[in-house]
Amino acid sequence: MKVELRIKRFDPEKDQKPRWADYQVEVEPTDRLLDALHYVKWYQDGSLTFRRSCAHGICGSDCMLINGVNRLACKVLVKDLGRRITVEPMRGYPVVKDLVVDMEKFFAAYRAVKPYLINDEPAGPRERLQSPAERERYDDTTKCILCGACTTSCPSFWANDDYIGPAAIVQAHRFIFDSRDRGAAERLEVLNQREGVWRCRTIFNCTDACPRDIEVTRAIQEVKRAILFQRI
Amino acid sequence: MYRGGEGQLSFILHRITGVGILVFLFGHVADTFLVGFGPDLYNHAMAIYRLPVIRVLEVLLAAAVLYHALNGLRIIIIDFWPAASRYQRAMFYAVGVVFLALFIPAAITMIRPLFH
Repeated sequence: MKVELRIKRFDPEKDQKPRWADYQVEVEPTDRLLDALHYVKWYQDGSLTFRRSCAHGICGSDCMLINGVNRLACKVLVKDLGRRITVEPMRGYPVVKDLVVDMEKFFAAYRAVKPYLINDEPAGPRERLQSPAERERYDDTTKCILCGACTTSCPSFWANDDYIGPAAIVQAHRFIFDSRDRGAAERLEVLNQREGVWRCRTIFNCTDACPRDIEVTRAIQEVKRAILFQRI
Repeated sequence: MYRGGEGQLSFILHRITGVGILVFLFGHVADTFLVGFGPDLYNHAMAIYRLPVIRVLEVLLAAAVLYHALNGLRIIIIDFWPAASRYQRAMFYAVGVVFLALFIPAAITMIRPLFH
C-alpha cells in the first residue's frame, strides 16, 4: 500500500521555523512506521533525522507525535495510521533537528528523583528479600523505558517545562514503594515542591500515551496520597 | 492540537468553566459593591440581570457551575482512590449523563419565563 508521510522538519542551519515535508512511501500494511521512516531516510532523503536504537520498543528512543498522539515509531503499524500520516517531534522540548528533541531537562528531572536504591543498612550475607506482594506493589512502574511519551503528552508540562513530569514521578514511584528502599522521604520531599506532583491535573494523556501501558496517572495519584497522608 | 482522549476533554472543559465562573464572580462582587453607593445605583445594576440576554448567560453559568462541580467530584474520587483512575473514562461519561439529567430541566425552568 502507498502512504503519504507528512513530516514536520526543522534544520537549524537553514530553517527559521519548522516546515512540513511530504513523502510518498510504498509499505506493507504490517510495516511499522519506523520502517517507513527508514525508507525515506535510506532511499529518498538522507537528511531526515530521527532517533532510534533497538527498533523493538524497548530502548525508548523513537517516541514521536504520530497523527496527533505520542507513540513509538517502532511499535505502531502503518495499517493503523491511515493513508496520510503526520509525524512531528515530541512537544515541549527544544527541537534539535527534525524529529530529534533535546531531552536534557527530561533526564535532569529523572536524576532529581534519585532513581536508584537507597539503603544504608548493611547488606546481609544474602540478597535483600521481599515477598511477591511487596514486589507486586511497584511492578507497574518498573516497566518504564524513559521514552518521554508521557511527559511530552502532558498539558501541565507544555505550560511549564519546569514541571518534573510524569516520567520522573513514575521512576520515583518505582523506588518509593519498594520495600527494600529507605529513600522514600527524600524523594517525596523533591516531589512535594512547586514543580512536583501537584502540577498534575489528572488529565490522563500520560496514561493514554504510555507505550508500556503503565497506569501513569494512577502512579502519580499514589505518590500524591503518600505525601498527603505521610504514609506509603 | 494533541489528540488526547476523554481525560484531556474533561480537563479543557474544567478549565474553561472554571475561568468562566471566576470572571462571573468578579462581576458579581462589583455589582454587590454598588450597594454601598445607595439603592438607586444598585437597583439599576440589578435591572440589567433581568434582560433576556443575561438570562441566557445565566443558563450558561448554571451549565458551567454544574459541569465544574460534577467533574470536580470525579477528580476528587480519583485523588483519594487512585484505583479509580482505571474508570476515569466511564466516570467522565457518568458526569455527562448526570449533567444532562440536571441541566435540561434547570435550563427549561430558567428559560420558560422569557416566553410569558
